[in-house]
Amino acid sequence: MANKVLMKGNEAIAEAAIIAGCRHYFGYPITPQTEIAAYMAKKMPKIGGTFLQAESEIAAINMVYGVASTGHRVMTSSSSPGISLKSEGLSYLAGADMPAFVVNVQRGGPGLGGIQPSQADYFQSTRGGGHGDYHMIVLAPASVEEMAALTVKGFELADEYRMTSMILADGTIGQMMEPVDLDGLKVNPAPEKPWATVGTDCKRFHNITNSLSLVPTELEQQNFDRYKKYDVIKEKEVMYEEYMMDDAEICIVAFGIASRVSKNAINEARKKGIKVGLIRPITLWPFPEKVLHDTVGKCHTYISVEMSMGQMIEDVKLSTECRGKYVLCNRAGGMIPSPEQVLAAIEEANKGGAK
Amino acid sequence: MDFKRITLFCGHYGSGKTNIALNYAYLLRKETEKVVIADLDIVNPYFRTGDSADDLKARDIRLIISPYAGSNVDIPALPQEMYAITDDPSLTCVIDVGGDDRGALALGRLAPAILEENNYEMLFVINGNRPLTRTVEDTVEVMREIEYAGGIPFTAIVNNTNLGRETTAEGVLASEEYAKAVSEQTGLPIKMTCAFGTVARELEGKIPHLFPLELQSKIE
Repeated sequence: MANKVLMKGNEAIAEAAIIAGCRHYFGYPITPQTEIAAYMAKKMPKIGGTFLQAESEIAAINMVYGVASTGHRVMTSSSSPGISLKSEGLSYLAGADMPAFVVNVQRGGPGLGGIQPSQADYFQSTRGGGHGDYHMIVLAPASVEEMAALTVKGFELADEYRMTSMILADGTIGQMMEPVDLDGLKVNPAPEKPWATVGTDCKRFHNITNSLSLVPTELEQQNFDRYKKYDVIKEKEVMYEEYMMDDAEICIVAFGIASRVSKNAINEARKKGIKVGLIRPITLWPFPEKVLHDTVGKCHTYISVEMSMGQMIEDVKLSTECRGKYVLCNRAGGMIPSPEQVLAAIEEANKGGAK
Repeated sequence: MDFKRITLFCGHYGSGKTNIALNYAYLLRKETEKVVIADLDIVNPYFRTGDSADDLKARDIRLIISPYAGSNVDIPALPQEMYAITDDPSLTCVIDVGGDDRGALALGRLAPAILEENNYEMLFVINGNRPLTRTVEDTVEVMREIEYAGGIPFTAIVNNTNLGRETTAEGVLASEEYAKAVSEQTGLPIKMTCAFGTVARELEGKIPHLFPLELQSKIE
């Protein structure tokens, strides 16, 4: 029997980060992700790592920048309002091409909002969040097991591409408990980091990690180079799950907990003979554009099931060149769509049929 | 099952305290009148006894809980009504304490009166499949931290080792070794071993002090 433990999603992130070799955590508590910090506070001292509760989110993200500069695996975590505070630091990490791992367990917003689950930080994370031209790799787990697996993946991607990867989860996945097989987590060794500021031993010129670049031609070139890297990521790192898409005429697009609700609704709709399937983006950036584009002509309607006022639906439209009908099936402010609500949207779309 | 006037459930967060406390209160209500369940969690705003408020009302069990529990107001508040636990000796009380030592701090105000009356059971709920209580050493460490914070020594252990929906009868049986080791190291008896629905039925007669549970708060 596999060596399973019963974990909250937040705990799975923390433990998987430790397994991935992260020994440095900086954060500031906020519901619904505080278990990550609590877990790190308990574990890091026992394994020679650093847990530090910073004086603010802004301090925490800049501590992440500091450790990232030394090439060590490092992370921070927060929930929506806290991520907004970290956004300046996220932009600086991008400008300095530093690898970092960041977790956002979203809650309802805007503002201080509430403490119930949400997906309304989709724009913020997939479009960068902070200022300037940059992206983060954005990973959207739909189970506790995936919280662990995508954490490991997140550290690997961050190192490989020298950029920030972010887990974009929601409060439900953070709080719910499911069995996890931690022994099943495989970690690839971190790549060499010749750019790290770890001392020269008087054998080379010193390294600098910096996001200030005052010569516009040079800064432009950095942006060009960074976007070439983004093209490689778009080509190589897209992850998604297809569910009952083979003969689907209605395509649901949903991620995180909304995708699980959608699967229940799809199972019910299939019993009624409705040809509906799901495309679940696992990477929100890069978005699974190609797999969606391939459905054009096969699917007449796209239903975007979201816990926001409709953000991902824009990427669904762009990926399919607005060549279908588009329905937003959503709740907001901390509410979760019910399978009945999604089923009703499917049935309505089925009545419309192909045009 | 023998019971005292006050039964306290403490343990690591996510060990199953709330669900066991509810089931225990339902059992008590079959044996006595004026049963109270008090939710003294000051740590976690989710998964509270308040989620079962309607069910408790239907079973004529009084619920004492902060009006902010389960709301969006994420503050560590305690209800003033909690003083009824120690002020009114005609009540039979089940207390669901928040997780870990931080949660047990909430007991501080009640501890002197509970100790003086000395008609209580302080139960340590353990789940050997939770990541921070997988070893006997870690489990005993959590226990000592809770005792230190709450000011009430434990009197017995509740073995609630499970894997959620993937719990098997074999898994529960195998956890007996872990529970016994915790028992030996702490000198505390195992008051009961918990199991859900079909797993509990499979375990009937195979395990001493089996406490069958109904799942009260459902998350799909």
